[in-house]
Amino acid sequence: MANAKEIRTQIKSIQNTRKITSAMEMVAASKMRKAQDRMKAARPYGEKMRQVISHLAHAHPEYRHGYLDPRDAKRVGYIVVTSDRGLCGPLNVNVFKTVVKDMKAWSDKGAAIDLVTVGTKGSAFFRRLGANITAQAEHLGDAPGVEDVIGPVNVMLQAYDEGRIDRLFLVFNDFVNTMTQSPRVEQLLPVESEELEEQSHHWDYIYEPDAKDVLDGLLQRYIESLVYQGLVENIACEQAARMIAMKSATDNAGSLIDELNLAYNKARQAAITQELSEIVAGAAAV
Amino acid sequence: MAMTMHVDIVSAENEIFSGQATMLVAPAQMGEVGIMPRHSPFISKLKPGEVRVDTPDGEGHYFYVSSGIIEVQPNVVTVLADTAMRAKDLDEAAAREAVEMAEKAMTDKQADIDYAKAQSQLAEAIAQLRALENLRKRTRG
Repeated sequence: MANAKEIRTQIKSIQNTRKITSAMEMVAASKMRKAQDRMKAARPYGEKMRQVISHLAHAHPEYRHGYLDPRDAKRVGYIVVTSDRGLCGPLNVNVFKTVVKDMKAWSDKGAAIDLVTVGTKGSAFFRRLGANITAQAEHLGDAPGVEDVIGPVNVMLQAYDEGRIDRLFLVFNDFVNTMTQSPRVEQLLPVESEELEEQSHHWDYIYEPDAKDVLDGLLQRYIESLVYQGLVENIACEQAARMIAMKSATDNAGSLIDELNLAYNKARQAAITQELSEIVAGAAAV
Repeated sequence: MAMTMHVDIVSAENEIFSGQATMLVAPAQMGEVGIMPRHSPFISKLKPGEVRVDTPDGEGHYFYVSSGIIEVQPNVVTVLADTAMRAKDLDEAAAREAVEMAEKAMTDKQADIDYAKAQSQLAEAIAQLRALENLRKRTRG
């Protein structure tokens, strides 16, 4: 009976694990919904901003902002958005894979690379690699604010202003749908001109105080809003990935329990049979 | 019927107001401005203060903005509001904090990124994932 007992404790422990994973699945599902709402809420701002900037860039040719003009890439900066916690399937590994591939392509061209990481997983991975991490942000929680990204983004913007980097990319997980999240590399600086649609006729704003001031403020906020959007999107991805991972963990626990149940019943049956045959044999001997 | 214009007040985190209005009053950098429909194109930074939107039903809606940007076109007014407190020194302090965090965490710094190492680590992680996948298939099958 010892064997059956062992199996029974194993079943108990797996049942407990299944309870935890299914609870985590449900928590992740509700968090994902909230994160998706935040993702949608953040969109109009970015769109409006893009419209205004594209207009400014075209209506005001005498002042060209540095963020709009491409220059030779000698140093490249990345802002890598990852999750703070694990247990979310291949989510972060996919981002790392994409970033490392992209970084290698740049370094083959002779460009040096600076990193800013958002999320603990990213900083741990790139630190282990010995990458040059100039700034980092961690533990932003499930509902980060724009103020959480201002610091890390500013580090990169300053670097760009001072010519220490010539390109800036943002890497995050793109929320395609609940089942699919794909890592995406987006160029932040210089602002790509395809994004800025042409103006059909010419007119200009009245500026207060002047065009330069307004455009500076706008561009900084624009980049911040893009990073914020990436961050929020990544959180939605994290929760979706975790939900799926926990769902499959729950399923696996279920099938494992079924198997063990079968083994348990067999063991029990064998023990009974053995006992019976011993009794019969004993009776025959008398 | 009074003339109206479309007003959008958005922040990076959410949409605050969207709808028709007969007038909008905002604290622009060089003084308060009142915008009515068919105003000529105008763009300005905002100071901390109150934005008032008068809707066609005669009601006034008040929103507080800490700073931001207002963009005016003849029939559309957009207020891009900041949710965070903004100032140059505050921004710089935030940037410094992010840098310090990275420096503090940096214990062993290598000169170059070892791509071979990165690839091997990634391969390892991918192999682990694949093993899990196989395991799952086996237990199902």
